[in-house]
Amino acid sequence: MTKETLFNAAVVLGLIAFPLWAWSAEEPFLITLATRVVILALAGVGLNLALGLGGLVSFGHAAFLGIGGYAMGILASHAQSYNPLMDWPFVIQGTKSMPVIWLVAMTVSALAALIIGVLSLRTSGVYFIMITLAFGQMLFYFAISWPAYGGEDGLPIYVRNSFPGMNTLDPIQFYIVCAVVLAVVLVFVWRLSQSRFGLALNAARQTAERVETVGIGVFRLRLTAFVLSGMITGLAGALLADLNRFVSPSMFSWQFSGEIMIFVILGGVARLFGPVAGAVVFILLEHVLGGLSEFWHIYLGLLLLAVVLFARGGIIGILTGEAQKHG
Amino acid sequence: MSFLLLVEQLLNGLQLGVMLFLTAAGLTLVFGVMGLINLAHGSLFMIGAFAAAATSVATGSFVLAAIASVAAAVVMGALVEVTVIRRLYKRDHLDQVLATFALILVFSEATRWLFGSFPLYLNIPDYLAGPVTLPGGIDYPLYRLTIIAVGLIVAGGLYLLITKTRLGIQIRAGESDREMIAALGVNISVLYTLVFALGAGLAGLAGALVGAIQSVQVGMGEPVLILAFVVIVIGGIGSVKGALVGSILVGITDTMGSILLPALFRLFMDNASASSVGSSLASMLIYILMACVLIWKPTGLFGARA
Repeated sequence: MTKETLFNAAVVLGLIAFPLWAWSAEEPFLITLATRVVILALAGVGLNLALGLGGLVSFGHAAFLGIGGYAMGILASHAQSYNPLMDWPFVIQGTKSMPVIWLVAMTVSALAALIIGVLSLRTSGVYFIMITLAFGQMLFYFAISWPAYGGEDGLPIYVRNSFPGMNTLDPIQFYIVCAVVLAVVLVFVWRLSQSRFGLALNAARQTAERVETVGIGVFRLRLTAFVLSGMITGLAGALLADLNRFVSPSMFSWQFSGEIMIFVILGGVARLFGPVAGAVVFILLEHVLGGLSEFWHIYLGLLLLAVVLFARGGIIGILTGEAQKHG
Repeated sequence: MSFLLLVEQLLNGLQLGVMLFLTAAGLTLVFGVMGLINLAHGSLFMIGAFAAAATSVATGSFVLAAIASVAAAVVMGALVEVTVIRRLYKRDHLDQVLATFALILVFSEATRWLFGSFPLYLNIPDYLAGPVTLPGGIDYPLYRLTIIAVGLIVAGGLYLLITKTRLGIQIRAGESDREMIAALGVNISVLYTLVFALGAGLAGLAGALVGAIQSVQVGMGEPVLILAFVVIVIGGIGSVKGALVGSILVGITDTMGSILLPALFRLFMDNASASSVGSSLASMLIYILMACVLIWKPTGLFGARA
């Protein structure tokens, strides 16, 4: 067992033990905090698939987070006003059922990722960073200026959506739903990275020409990774909106894209549990530093700067004494 | 829609474009010469605006405020280059994005800590206030015309600096072959600091000029930064000429789109939905423009390298 596996096991244990402790101590706020960690980690896992494994530095992943959020917001708002989403050519009703919402959120995110991916993957390097940023901003301004679903003010959802067999209004039960989703996605991403697809993607990040030469289409490989990545982040968006019971254009903001990227880097790029560790540390810092000083972003900035400049393997890299997963 | 309104919007677009150019020029130079993508450029814009507002309150002079904005941004830019940015030149773009994102957090919060969360106001001096009547009977604010003039003068100066001076030759040489000019005895780290400080100064000046139209507040740099990125991506990263063309294009597209699109949709829609669809689309227009340019020319209009 390597040190990294041990570390991962410790993270899993922590994510099980902490909420259970908070539950028994009747601290619903701490459970909500843990739920936030799990959901943001999920968004990070999505980005890590494109960024870590595929080497696609997307600076617009908030786009998918926002799309997932609005998919939930729009469906649930129609359900709570009993107003069908569409009457023609067939009637589509809103819904309060989480599995349906997740499916819609993932489908729409996948479609968006497909369009954004096809256009963005024509470029590379800085241009890729910038064009993904531009698509994120495009959706941000669209959400602000589109009045039907709240525009700049956002869209509140009064009651959390339901999951069959669970009472999602109970913080610990909603936490379990989110944690199971994260676990399933982590297993999926782990299997994916070991698969033929994952290996090819990893190789394409290192030397695209060689992969092309052995007869694997790099563009399709990257596009698939980008779409999967967008889907996972979209799912996280739907869950985040459900946690907050509120969606707003700020879910599309580029600061959010930056934050998701911070989870990935803070934890360690291309490590399976990197985004999870990153999200844990980020929320912990927000909670602890935010309590100490109103200006906690200064410390966050300095810490992040130190990680980028001096600790290139992220937290997992420091703790396990292993250098970067890849350069 | 009247002809006068169109001309006025065209001038507004030009003014926005010129202001964007001041910000984008530094960004594109820094990328062209050092290969660095600098998100903290918007913070230097903000620092310029705050320095100008503070100086204006203390001395009451707009000229001094403008000088202070450039000075503060140059000093801060040089300081950041020597302490942090310098370590990032050899890193990949991901590290650069994150480190400069971290710098934004530090700069924004430090400014909020120093000046508070309330916006400051920078007044337009009396001799630049009020409208002037242009040929054709158009009344246009003198201050905005001044911004256009200052921007065009700076663009001209930058052109001369890059094509005619020794520093300009070194900058161009640095863009094409770093190792070679270092081998020829040019002190490359001093050159890098100079280029970074030059870009910072231009951004600071833009901050001061815009600060008199808008309010001066924390976070004012970020929308400008994103627009400046759109500009340099359209123009081709590293090209100053591209930055100028891109700025004017973005400035005019943005202002013209916001009046022409709702009008266009009004032709075949009712008034309310036309203005909502039109303004939604107008707010996305420059990003659509950028996507189109990149699809057509993946390295921008005047870009050479990816």
